[in-house]
Amino acid sequence: MSEEPTLDIDYVAQLARISLTEEEKARYAKQLSKVLGYFQELAAVDTEGVEPTAHANPIFDVMREDVAVDGLPQERALMNAPKQLDGEVVVPKVIE
Amino acid sequence: MNKFEPVIGLEVHVQLSTESKMFTNAPYYFGAEPNTLTNAVVMGMPGTLPVLNKRAIEKTIQVGLLLDCEIPRQSKWDRKHYFYPDMPKNYQISQYDQPLCVGGEVEIELEGESRNVMGPHRYVKLTRIHLEEDVGKLTHLGDISVVDYNRAGAPLIEIVTEPDIYSPEEAYAFLTSLRSTLQAAGISDCDMEKGQLRCDANISVKPVGSAKLGTKVELKNLNSITGVRNGIAYEIDRQTRDILAGGTITQETRRWDADAEMTYVMRTKEEAHDYRYMPDPDLMPVIITDEWKAELAKGLAEKPFDRQRRYMDTLDLPYTITSVLCQEPELCTFFEETLTIHKNAKAIANFLVNDIQREIAEASHDEDQKVLADFAITPGILAELVALVDKGTISNQIAKEILPEIIKNGKSPATLVKEKGLEQSSDSGELELICQDAIDNNPKPVAEFKAGKEPAINALKGQVMKATRGKANPKMVDDILRKLLS
Amino acid sequence: MSSNLLNATIGELQKLLESGKVSSVELNQQFVDHIEKHNSEVNAFIFVDKDFILEQAKASDERRSSSSLLSSLDGIPIAIKNNIAIEDQRLTCGSHILENFVSPYDATVTTRLKQQGMVLYSGLNMDEFAMGSTTESSYFGATSNPWNTERSPGGSSGGSSASVAARFVPVSLGSDTGGSIRQPGAFCGVYGLKPTYGQVSRYGLVAFASSLDQIGPLSHSVEDCAKVLDIIAGHDERDSSSYPTLDINYLQEIQNLEDYRPRIGIPKEYFAHDIDPEAAKAIDAVIDFYKTKGCEVKDITLPNTDLALSTYYIIATAEASSNLARFDGIRYTHRSGEAKNIMDTYFMSRGEGFGEEVTRRVILGTFALSSGYHDAYYSKAQKVRTLIRRDFETAFEDIDLVLTPTAPTPAFKKGENADDPLMVYLNDIFTIPVNLAGLPGLSVPCGFTQTGLPLSYQLIAPYFKEEHLLKTAKLFEDAHDYHNQHPQF
Repeated sequence: MSEEPTLDIDYVAQLARISLTEEEKARYAKQLSKVLGYFQELAAVDTEGVEPTAHANPIFDVMREDVAVDGLPQERALMNAPKQLDGEVVVPKVIE
Repeated sequence: MNKFEPVIGLEVHVQLSTESKMFTNAPYYFGAEPNTLTNAVVMGMPGTLPVLNKRAIEKTIQVGLLLDCEIPRQSKWDRKHYFYPDMPKNYQISQYDQPLCVGGEVEIELEGESRNVMGPHRYVKLTRIHLEEDVGKLTHLGDISVVDYNRAGAPLIEIVTEPDIYSPEEAYAFLTSLRSTLQAAGISDCDMEKGQLRCDANISVKPVGSAKLGTKVELKNLNSITGVRNGIAYEIDRQTRDILAGGTITQETRRWDADAEMTYVMRTKEEAHDYRYMPDPDLMPVIITDEWKAELAKGLAEKPFDRQRRYMDTLDLPYTITSVLCQEPELCTFFEETLTIHKNAKAIANFLVNDIQREIAEASHDEDQKVLADFAITPGILAELVALVDKGTISNQIAKEILPEIIKNGKSPATLVKEKGLEQSSDSGELELICQDAIDNNPKPVAEFKAGKEPAINALKGQVMKATRGKANPKMVDDILRKLLS
Repeated sequence: MSSNLLNATIGELQKLLESGKVSSVELNQQFVDHIEKHNSEVNAFIFVDKDFILEQAKASDERRSSSSLLSSLDGIPIAIKNNIAIEDQRLTCGSHILENFVSPYDATVTTRLKQQGMVLYSGLNMDEFAMGSTTESSYFGATSNPWNTERSPGGSSGGSSASVAARFVPVSLGSDTGGSIRQPGAFCGVYGLKPTYGQVSRYGLVAFASSLDQIGPLSHSVEDCAKVLDIIAGHDERDSSSYPTLDINYLQEIQNLEDYRPRIGIPKEYFAHDIDPEAAKAIDAVIDFYKTKGCEVKDITLPNTDLALSTYYIIATAEASSNLARFDGIRYTHRSGEAKNIMDTYFMSRGEGFGEEVTRRVILGTFALSSGYHDAYYSKAQKVRTLIRRDFETAFEDIDLVLTPTAPTPAFKKGENADDPLMVYLNDIFTIPVNLAGLPGLSVPCGFTQTGLPLSYQLIAPYFKEEHLLKTAKLFEDAHDYHNQHPQF
């Protein structure tokens, strides 16, 4: 992170599955490079031997018993679906 | 001619048999109407949160204990990101750097000199086993695809081997061994037809003796145990042919097409995923204490190969019988229970492996696979039947004849034998008359026997058994016939 | 009577209902009328489901007449930020992509409020997916500050703060990921409480950054805040980060403060920043007040404070990029009509469905997690987060509370810094360390600028010590009248 960061906007937008116009790409890349420049301050922080914090208040062993409870009826599960057919969600053809 | 040898690693996904899903209490079972086994969590509705299924974690730890894995003290879950319509959140909750099980090994048996001889055994090393969630099911219909999320979120373990498998046959042996071990322990039904066990393979080939591994190809869609063997064999062959033809192997993912019997490219390395793993902030780490491990170790089933060795060594059962019996945990349990009632291991095992298994197979259809528990017969009934034979009340032949009925209706063999009048005849006076009758009416075999053709006596025995409707004690018949013919 | 009722606290409304002078239907009708008359000026609500509100009020009246009230809060209105699920109500999160999404389930807080018989108002406006501090990124238009409609009400819970300030409802729920309850509370002159992470269930709160998000109330008084916290706090088995229920009643805690004199720490790092002179002056007066009251006030240090902003924006955007992946045009969101294939469905539905700020943050977060940058950004930020937590843990060894400004300035003009996200992010500098550490924080109204904009200070307490926040704020409230002032409509 010591080097000036570069954000490959095409690659990242591809990963994030968001379509962007050329204008948007240019604008976001410019704005975000400024933000990333600011983030550079972290590079100088000594975090040798410091445990990462993934949870603000970590607790352990939160589990539930294996008991099944009926969930959503089919029509409730699909009530917001943009397109459905015979109880299944329709999507454009997926080529594997 | 073939100067290349393959190196294979497997990634095996096994659905755990639990009541509810991995991260929510929606039920899961195979064959329900589409999208009827979901809830807001399964559908990845905004605002929903996952909660760990304790039983699934316990079963995974048990797998680790069975396969001699190290069970680290702490385990956590991570999000693995990629977009796919069958995955409701577009990330899969999986385990990245702190899986439940590390290392371990699976004992496999390689082919022996013949079917009747035990082949050599060795251990295939495991890398890790982690616990994650299954995805939904995509079906392709013309120019659309449809998605059913019933399976989404079902608990799934991924067992990853080291590149420590060296032929399609070994891969096959690995899967059959793993399957019977997991079945015996009640971890999963491992039915490949139902997608409960799925396998991907990493395959490379290298010049014989070379220490350097070749470029590996990931092979997917190996959806049956024979598919695993055939797909891997094809891929080894393809890579070898390509190299011999002067080509190079590309790091890529290929798919096995079982109908066309070939593999084809799904994606290349350039299209490889950037999964962006991160610890799932919605789930807390789990601490696996020694006490918990010990508790889980208590209820563990014996591993099939250990059981087979015990049956052969202490019960003196032949390899051929045990190799069938020990593949079927349900038969083993039945066998051992029967053995506590009547101590004739060989006879009990024979009935189970031959007669009873045949009945189960005959009653089963593609869509409706039967198991022993579907039938009325109990260990007590089988023990009674074997005891009747051992006491000489009925012949083995009669036992085999009445077994199909007993299996189905669970009737007491003793009662049935009485009702049908099938007791073995041990009245030597009456039997002598019948034997004399057989000798009088069959001059040809009599002459042959007297001329020294020993097997001719069997024709006479057959006549006697026919006349007694199988009730005669074969040993007595033999004795009487020899006496009368001498 | 009409304006009195609208200005009333929950306690006053409870008395009115108990006396039988008004029914819940009449009471709620007045709030609904007020909303219908003035929402166009403030845009605090994305939508108002009048039938839904009045049906609940009617049911409450029926319970009252049959002496089967669910609680003393039965029939009292509360408005809910539109990122908290209410069954069969739209759950838009201020986003085009969820414009028509109807929730099939209730959030845990929703269930708890329903169990008390409270009357829920859905549809409070917010920054899209709670990303922002101005409520301008809402797909459904910006919310205005009721004190000055040229100004922002703060964000992301701008609808929650504006609705309480405008007397559309007596109390509301917001969500706070980096200050999204406290800063809008400050901008609108109302209390805004972010409870300890794990205190209130997140089940049904549409996640922005899961390790930082927390639901909390915005109210006219400390007492109202305590009443709502008493309902929504406590363990929930559907949220793995939820803590065991504490044996405490916050309303009881604030009753007798005669001997309560907390030790207050003033972190020098917070005051090294550019703070608006009027805001700084108001804080000085607050500090003097506590000193006069006999509280021990001492200077403390939170040395890693300045690293909080970078740390926060890396962690929050990384988690957001993950949480927002599910909005994809497949199962329940907007699906682009232009999409011809599966890839288009993703790219175009998300491209059309997400606004600018959300897109920017998803891009940033995706980058922070991507191969080759993960360690330098995401992993590094997680470690620095540990340092920030430790700062507070050390500080709390000999103080009960930390006192800071809530924001560097009073409410800013709408549209300020629209092209410079970094400048907007810098406004969150005082609130985000609290989320990174998972601590509870409360913004307290403490005066007005000469132009009539509300001013505020922030109190921060150790884990699960919300009672310190409420009691300390109550000491101030009992001696001042800022919380009783309200904008004119």
